[in-house]
Amino acid sequence: MISSLKQHRLIAVSGFILLTLGTIAAAAPLAEVLLGLDANQVDLFNRFAPPDSQHILGTDELGRDVLIRLLYGGQVSLLVGLIAAVAAALLGTTIGLIAGYYGGKVDAIMMRFTDGVISLPLLPLLIVLAAIDLEKLGIPEAIANSENVSLYRIILIVALAGWTTVARLVRGAALSLRERDFVLAAIAYGASPFRIMAVHILPNLLSPIIVATTLSVGNIILLESVLSFLGLGIQPPVASWGNMLTNAQELIWSTPTLAIYPGLLIFLTVIAFNFLGDGLQDALDPKKSR
Amino acid sequence: MIGYSLERLFHSAIVIIVMSFVIYGLMGLMPGDPIDLMISADPKLTPADAEHLRTLYGLDQPIFQRYINWLGTVFQGDLGYSRLFAQPVLEAIAPALFNTVKLLGLAIILSLLIALPVGIWAGSRPQTKTDYTINLLAFSGISIPPFWLALLLIIVFAVLLPILPASGLPTGEGGFWETLRHLILPVSTIVIASIGGHTRYMRASMIETLRQDYIRTAVAKGASPRRVVLSHALRNALIPVVTIIALDFGALFSGALITETIFSYPGMGKLIFDSIMGNDFNLALVALLFATFLTLIGNLLADLAYAWLDPRVSYKGRER
Repeated sequence: MISSLKQHRLIAVSGFILLTLGTIAAAAPLAEVLLGLDANQVDLFNRFAPPDSQHILGTDELGRDVLIRLLYGGQVSLLVGLIAAVAAALLGTTIGLIAGYYGGKVDAIMMRFTDGVISLPLLPLLIVLAAIDLEKLGIPEAIANSENVSLYRIILIVALAGWTTVARLVRGAALSLRERDFVLAAIAYGASPFRIMAVHILPNLLSPIIVATTLSVGNIILLESVLSFLGLGIQPPVASWGNMLTNAQELIWSTPTLAIYPGLLIFLTVIAFNFLGDGLQDALDPKKSR
Repeated sequence: MIGYSLERLFHSAIVIIVMSFVIYGLMGLMPGDPIDLMISADPKLTPADAEHLRTLYGLDQPIFQRYINWLGTVFQGDLGYSRLFAQPVLEAIAPALFNTVKLLGLAIILSLLIALPVGIWAGSRPQTKTDYTINLLAFSGISIPPFWLALLLIIVFAVLLPILPASGLPTGEGGFWETLRHLILPVSTIVIASIGGHTRYMRASMIETLRQDYIRTAVAKGASPRRVVLSHALRNALIPVVTIIALDFGALFSGALITETIFSYPGMGKLIFDSIMGNDFNLALVALLFATFLTLIGNLLADLAYAWLDPRVSYKGRER
């Protein structure tokens, strides 16, 4: 009982932190108006300004306001993390359901494929994916070089890295659910495989899927920040917590504070998602409560 | 067991063949192509010359044909020439591989030396204050962005208290201690980034093992808690941990890429990153395949070790 209360407190605290971060990030335009600033306004006469009443956290190497960029960066990092995690969960659920429901050869092939993906050194391969020239894939130049493409691309890339956990989890659960009486009854009534998967199996898998997705958000945000940090994710001038750290390495000798804030926010967000996922896991899984 | 090993070996071989084709194909999609690079290096080349060169190097053929040709040269022992390092690809990779093995080897050993005892300690007293504290620390380690951690370590130990170097290798002949001193920050980065995961695996496995019937029997027979954990549970609890840690090899390699890039440590990770960024297709292709190959071998060994260590695992239709 005490432990379950503790778990609920964990969920509440991490959920509260995430909601607060999300709300503050969403309020970025408001903060811009209130402080009379513009996130991309370069002011070379005012580089590395120390904090004052207008620039609450000071300015960066191009004289842009650090606080406003952190807020906009938060919008991007949180959105990319959430959208990519949901996309990864959809992909993983589809693959896991089909493998688990059909079993046999289908299952063997799909799970061997999943195992293969899991065993790859992901980051180097994702770097290649992030570096390829979209024009060579036959995508028109105007689209390939437009500003939003780097956003869609990074979402797609990190989603490709995150679906395997969900797929294995769903597959394992679907395998055992398939033998249960209510599923056998549905099969006997002549329900189509699609209907059985969607109506009878999927609803029983929602809580593990939610847990796995929540836990994967943290990883996905970390991955996005690494790729953006390496200059392969979100492209400047659009701010993300990762790309705000790209130049930080050269600047740590003069202005180490610039390297602190974005990383601290990534850390806070990722740990909150991890605790939320862990708390949900214990709360939703009765077998695990001790 | 032999049948099972052969089956796993076969699967790994398929993955490496598929991956070599995928990576080869992706390299062809990288910005810029070898002929364009030649043209930019030599302004006297006309478009007709470029066409001629394209035919000469077989670049006008379909991708699958080019892949087969490349595979042929690889089996003749010719892995190509690195543009960036101006030496044969293999000669560029060998020292980098050695450096990465040194870095990762040290990091894994240190991480396990700390994580396993801590995980056992936490796992044998779940839901206590000790357990919560260890869990919190482990989650912090998992959640910290590794590149930021590296920057923080540099800020603290190289900028604020200038006691350690901010780069991974000494310039010139540093000698043993100097080399070791340069390794402290990169190794610490990887250790901190992986120790949380290792601790949590050990803890979870310990908790799971302590719920088994034979443990209840041991407790009922009056064995001391210490004896139950160390003599009865530990060996079985270690088995899944061995596998998971070996399966993490790919993730560890990703960590090495970040760490090596930030500390300019000349290992495989930095080599892969530099070769991709520098349009050095030959080197990037072989280095990526090498990394994939090593990761697969790690996984294969993990799987076999698991089957060998745990007689309860059936080799046929094993569920994981």
